[in-house]
Amino acid sequence: MLPISGFPTLLYKELLRFWKVSFQTVLAPVVTAMLYLLIFSHVLEEHVEAYPGVSYTAFLVPGLIMMSMLQNAFANSSSSLIQSKITGNIIFVLVAPLSYLEFFAAYMLASVIRGVVVGIGVGLVTVWFADLPLVHPVWLVFFTALSTGILAALGIIAGMWAEKFDQLAAFQNFLIMPLTFLSGVFYSIHSLPAFWQAASHWNPVFYMIDGFRWGFFGLSDIPPATSLLVVTVCFVAISGFTLLLLKRGYKLRH
Amino acid sequence: MSAAIRVQGLVKEYRQVRALDGIDLEIRQGEFFGLLGPNGAGKTTLISILAGLTRATHGTAEVMGFDVVRDYRASRLALGVVPQELVYDPFFTARETLRLQSGYFGIHRNDDWIDYILHHLGLTEHADKNMRALSGGMKRRVLVAQALVHKPPVIVLDEPTAGVDVDLRQTLWTFIQSLNREGHTVVLTTHYLEEAETLCERIAMLKQGRLVALDSTRNLLSRRHEQQARLKLNRVPPVEIGLKPGPDETWLYGFETFSQLESMLASIRMAGLEIREMQLIEPDLEDVFTEIIRAS
Repeated sequence: MLPISGFPTLLYKELLRFWKVSFQTVLAPVVTAMLYLLIFSHVLEEHVEAYPGVSYTAFLVPGLIMMSMLQNAFANSSSSLIQSKITGNIIFVLVAPLSYLEFFAAYMLASVIRGVVVGIGVGLVTVWFADLPLVHPVWLVFFTALSTGILAALGIIAGMWAEKFDQLAAFQNFLIMPLTFLSGVFYSIHSLPAFWQAASHWNPVFYMIDGFRWGFFGLSDIPPATSLLVVTVCFVAISGFTLLLLKRGYKLRH
Repeated sequence: MSAAIRVQGLVKEYRQVRALDGIDLEIRQGEFFGLLGPNGAGKTTLISILAGLTRATHGTAEVMGFDVVRDYRASRLALGVVPQELVYDPFFTARETLRLQSGYFGIHRNDDWIDYILHHLGLTEHADKNMRALSGGMKRRVLVAQALVHKPPVIVLDEPTAGVDVDLRQTLWTFIQSLNREGHTVVLTTHYLEEAETLCERIAMLKQGRLVALDSTRNLLSRRHEQQARLKLNRVPPVEIGLKPGPDETWLYGFETFSQLESMLASIRMAGLEIREMQLIEPDLEDVFTEIIRAS
């Protein structure tokens, strides 16, 4: 008879990996988000009102929380994989009797948890700067889980694909960063020219941010059900693609 | 009883390169087996296929009767691999590394066995040090421990003593031999042919992805009949005696029967030479290896 699965250990190891360097993996992104909040709210608080009755600082906080969660969910799986590949210690996981589903679940869940831990951290330090209602908390949970899941899966893809840190940095700087920054974290898309408004609708991160913000305020740029649908479809598609790559052992099993 | 390892028609192609070219091999349970060959012969590729790190282009591979692709869980549980490269996870201590490795194999309460391995590999006092803080030799011991953490019936050591000191070699071989006596199958690749000659019951030799020899170590050694006499003389011998110059001002003479040796000694006496030292050298695996690899 086979013993029980190695999945809990792989998950535990992934959690331990980022927790052991929490100064860099949790505290640093929280401080970065706070700096964004201090600077942008100081400059724009008096000039911008994204939604009626919602201050710019309050508007900014959910976007910053979501952006931090997404970036860290991506960073976790991608950096863990590329480090393991480059140092060669990925072999210890690959020789174990773990299925590609267990591999996927462990890396994704650990990344989602890191994203959520950072999100809670950002929430705790920014809550002092703005009053945030919690109108639809269940929707917040859905958007958090699905959105961090998407970025975690993208991180797994990037970690598998990249053969050096350079390539991973390119993935992060030329895809993930523009998608998160141009998603309505700092503005409502209604304030954009028509072309950029239309372009924003092709950015899946826009739906993640907008739906997440709706969970706080009950206000959004587009109907939240549309956002949830887009985010769910993206989650299924990207997870499916990641599973396919893992099943084939793409750049892992030669 | 199923073979510990069975590969049939194993082929691995990397674009234009054929790393394995139709290998058929069976290793019996409980054997201490040597896998030898020059660099690039395909030894590590073969091991990688057995461990599931590489996928074969054609053919099948089984560990303890379990196909490495179809029954990968069972085959990986049956196999422990010590990789050639000195790899480690810098986030963890040696003990954490072993606990994690054990957990990957679904074994969650394994401290007694982990302590046993740590003790037998001389790692107990280093168990709680971060992997980064360990010397190369100690890291190599942890790699061996990782391969053994799930008590696999088949242990594959891919050049485990490359660049390590005598102390580790002795500790390692004493422990691995005791595991072999308990019934574990051991497959060894090494560039130190005297290790293979001492430890292995049977040996396979690979060259350019093909199996060029497979026999018991004794039979392989007996393939080369010629012994050598190494002599130190008081002066240079005449050419007709048939001595060849050796290292350190010695002279070498190859012979298959002792009567040939007697004739050579008689010729030396006739020539008025004085023998100051004489040594008989048995053929070793290195000679056999060189001969087979050259001929194939």
